[in-house]
Amino acid sequence: MSAVSDRQKPSVVGKGPAAALAGRMSEHAASAAGSVVAVRTKSLNPFAPSALERRKNVKEAAARWVLGLFTFALVAPVLAILGYLVVRAWPVLGISFILENPQKYMTAGGIWAPLVGTFFLVVISLLLAAPIGILGGVYLNEYAGNNWRTRVVALGVTNLAGVPSIVHGLFGVGAFVMFAGMGKSMLAASCTLAVMSLPVIITSTREALSSVPMAFREACWNMGATRWQTIRTIVLPNSVGGILTGVIFEVTRAAGETAPILFTGAVFYKRVRDHGWDSFFPYNLNDGCMALSMHLYTLATQVVGVSDQIQYGTAVVLIGLTLAVNSVSIALRVYLRSRKKW
Amino acid sequence: MTTATANRRTWRSLLHGLADWSEPVVEWAIRLCGWSSILFVFSIFVFILVIAAGAFGRLDWGEFLFSAEWQPDSVVQPRYGTLALLVGTLSVTALAMLLAAPLGLGAAVFISEFCSGKVKETLKVLVELSAAIPSVVWGFVGYMVLAPLIIRYTDAASGVNLLNAGLILALMSVPIIVSMSEDALKAVPDSYREAALSLGASRWEIVYRVLFPAAKNGLLAAVLLGVGRAIGETMAVLMCTGHAVRIPHSLLTPVRTLTATIASELGESPVGEMHYCVLFTIGLELFAITFLVNVIADFVVKGIRSERS
Repeated sequence: MSAVSDRQKPSVVGKGPAAALAGRMSEHAASAAGSVVAVRTKSLNPFAPSALERRKNVKEAAARWVLGLFTFALVAPVLAILGYLVVRAWPVLGISFILENPQKYMTAGGIWAPLVGTFFLVVISLLLAAPIGILGGVYLNEYAGNNWRTRVVALGVTNLAGVPSIVHGLFGVGAFVMFAGMGKSMLAASCTLAVMSLPVIITSTREALSSVPMAFREACWNMGATRWQTIRTIVLPNSVGGILTGVIFEVTRAAGETAPILFTGAVFYKRVRDHGWDSFFPYNLNDGCMALSMHLYTLATQVVGVSDQIQYGTAVVLIGLTLAVNSVSIALRVYLRSRKKW
Repeated sequence: MTTATANRRTWRSLLHGLADWSEPVVEWAIRLCGWSSILFVFSIFVFILVIAAGAFGRLDWGEFLFSAEWQPDSVVQPRYGTLALLVGTLSVTALAMLLAAPLGLGAAVFISEFCSGKVKETLKVLVELSAAIPSVVWGFVGYMVLAPLIIRYTDAASGVNLLNAGLILALMSVPIIVSMSEDALKAVPDSYREAALSLGASRWEIVYRVLFPAAKNGLLAAVLLGVGRAIGETMAVLMCTGHAVRIPHSLLTPVRTLTATIASELGESPVGEMHYCVLFTIGLELFAITFLVNVIADFVVKGIRSERS
């Protein structure tokens, strides 16, 4: 309403070129003693923005710029930091850096031993967490009703996800290292990581399952299938991609965590074989192992005389690993979305 | 009837019998897995409480909560005041949220309301990838890259301080806030936007007058979850805060947080001793704080859900 009445006022002077023009026009028309209305409608563009519209557009543009700047301020530092790390690490990056073991009190050599340690930690923790997490997601989406019990379970998942990583570490010390008698070992560290991974897998499984249309289930039930048969033959196969995405995403998180394994199984340094078959299986389940994230922390803060290049190289390999695995997960999701049938 | 088909029939009936029998077993397994998260939250609390309880009898609670003197290694009279650590945690979190909350909300609005198509997808992927950077790498960046910069551009004695940790923590928690608040904005029905558009509202007017009020609770919950994450963050603050147990008086003061104290001292304290148990008590304190923040965030979101339905 106000926009229209604005446009019909003849004396909106000094608010911009169009308004000024309108003012001048009406003056001119008045002095020529002609029909004011006729002159105005002839010479004015009826689609010219009113003052209110202009103000709105200015606000819109300002908001767009400011918010865009916010987004830029969030993305740019990350990209700059990544670039800087790669540039600093460039001289050491290479196959030998990855395949060699740390040498001379970790001041030389590569990162093979911690890399293998991280790999085993992640694999074992996934083997433990994936079945429980996926079935937990199945429960929340397929079995749980809409009642307070489900709400408590969901709240439990949220809270488990929100427990600080160092508190997970303390739990690992109490439950796995001491109570279960595993000692400070790779197994205890993997169990701790598994508990930490659980909520993420549950949440992503639940989301993946909820995207399967209800009609699929109903059709299956109508054929006389039981609940579990429906889940096994219809729901899970149709959501396997989404579940996989969540599990892969969890890999990156488990690989990067340091605090939970700090006191449950990761050690500063462990001598492992340099060559041969043994170098692929250097650790015992009952012993501590090195881990890439822990290695980076050690190199940066605990060891004296490590060249910057080795530190930056370790950081870049760790980021590279997580980002690469994550990209696989994102690519998989995009691919699955593109060929979704319903 | 050949023996082969007969065999097949017996097998099939056996399998059917197995299916009848296995269904309840599988259902119970699924139920157990569903309840496992509650079980784990509960057992985290219990296991930490059991070890922390070793200190309860001897711990002066007034000192623990309200004294800033943390001298656990003193032979004469060890002191276990965690006030400075708590203030350290809160100040780092507050600084990080002061930066991350507006930045995250703004970026979420920009990505979900002002962008579309390729740009939107790219930005979302970038945000997701930056959420995947491990905290120890952020700590490394603060320690190796940001600290020298802070020394160069300010007159700080040490580059690892409140400012450093706050900046790093802000960068870390922004992706979480962005993706959570984007979800909250997405949850607002499109009909709201269409109604506003048909009245001639611009995008910013839609955001400001329609989306913010409608998604208020979701956005608040996003910030709260960011707060919870920042309070619990360990490795980054361990490397960036500078390890000085004192109540900060300026941005350039080195501080120490609850999490960093556990991470740096647990390895050196003898198992079962007073110091060890007090560290678990701090763990309990952290657990309680984050539990509270998460529950509040959940109730904030739940409010919006019950309104809708």
